[in-house]
Amino acid sequence: MRKLEWCLVLVSLLLLSAASGGAQKPRESEELGAELGKAPESAAVIRNPYAGQPDAIEAGRKLFKRHCARCHGPEGHGLDKAPDLRAPLIQNTAPGKLRWFLRNGNLKEGMPSWSKLPDERLWQIVSYLQTLK
Amino acid sequence: MQLSFNWRGTQGATAGALALGALFASVAIPPALRAQEKPYFVTYDHQMEEPGDLEVAFSPVVGLPKTARTFAGLTVEIGYGAKGWWTTELYLDGQTTRGDKTLFTGYRWENRFRPLLGEHWINPVLYLEYVNLNGADKSLKEVVGFDSQKEFAEPNGELRRERKRELETKLILSSNFRGWNVAENFIAEKNLGGGAWEFGYAVGLSRPLALAASPRDCTLCRENLRAGVEFYGGLGTAQNFTLSGTSHYIAPLLSWELPSGTTLRFSPGFGLTGESHRLLLRFGVTYEIEGFGRRMRKLFR
Repeated sequence: MRKLEWCLVLVSLLLLSAASGGAQKPRESEELGAELGKAPESAAVIRNPYAGQPDAIEAGRKLFKRHCARCHGPEGHGLDKAPDLRAPLIQNTAPGKLRWFLRNGNLKEGMPSWSKLPDERLWQIVSYLQTLK
Repeated sequence: MQLSFNWRGTQGATAGALALGALFASVAIPPALRAQEKPYFVTYDHQMEEPGDLEVAFSPVVGLPKTARTFAGLTVEIGYGAKGWWTTELYLDGQTTRGDKTLFTGYRWENRFRPLLGEHWINPVLYLEYVNLNGADKSLKEVVGFDSQKEFAEPNGELRRERKRELETKLILSSNFRGWNVAENFIAEKNLGGGAWEFGYAVGLSRPLALAASPRDCTLCRENLRAGVEFYGGLGTAQNFTLSGTSHYIAPLLSWELPSGTTLRFSPGFGLTGESHRLLLRFGVTYEIEGFGRRMRKLFR
């Protein structure tokens, strides 16, 4: 049984070292555009119920600091693999596509799914993201 | 490992000490830590640990069995987001029983894999755990087979002689819809030393008390509170798949995410059958160490 435990430890270390490897450079906006392009057209037509509401933008700023700033930086300028969110691409993308992307994430590339947040909060984050410059 | 500590206080002394310890830890750990919103104690949803983050959680449970002595189990949980689709966790378990000794009971190593990367109506997660505990473990992280409160009546000295090297698997199904989370877990557990497969279930339902966030920071406000309920219990074995003679619980729960990032959780679990403990009081304090993987990489570069 000891052998089994040592095997488990060895396998976990190998897997973790493989998981933590890889180049760490901020992603380019083209890559981000490709990821947003995966959103279905049905998502693009959904209207942001909070569009342009100052309270929603403030709430979005608060949520961004709590959930997103750790990877994207406090001003959304991007850290490590997480892209710069001040890119014009973010302002020009349909809010519904941004919400879809927040909900689904890109688990393969390290972007978590934020489906645990209610839609209302996702829309508030989208409202804030589209003010970033 | 056996510590020579005897229960001398009142019924809730250990629970109080554990809760105080957890609260002290929540204050002592620097504010760079963020919490994960994890409302359940027994049920798993499809939320994975964020990649590169390390989660540390303290989860004491105080049990009031019908026929055995009051006990407190403590689980320390260290979880790491290896990938967006893979979370690995180590659990260290211990317990203390009224009028008996305090014991370290063993460890568990758990891995959760999310096979479908996008968000779906129902999101499956595969769970695989290796368990190395002794029979005195009272953490009650899950209920399977014919687990009964009567087993807890024996003294720790007797219970700890039994070794439990088990493989535990779960199929986790979870959905998020309009702020609600619904999660169903199907549990199958096998003692590697022999014996039949044992089955169990856990179902959880939860929702934040306010769906939208307010523009201002707040501490005790509805958006930071999440309420829900869990049901869990045993389903017998491969030879005798049944509800008869098994234990089941209903457990309302409340979690509170503080602006500092700490999450506090509480859940009283009420036994529903003769085999169940009368009451299980669960507490939880969760922290998340952001960018742990990134810091480690820099350290070794």
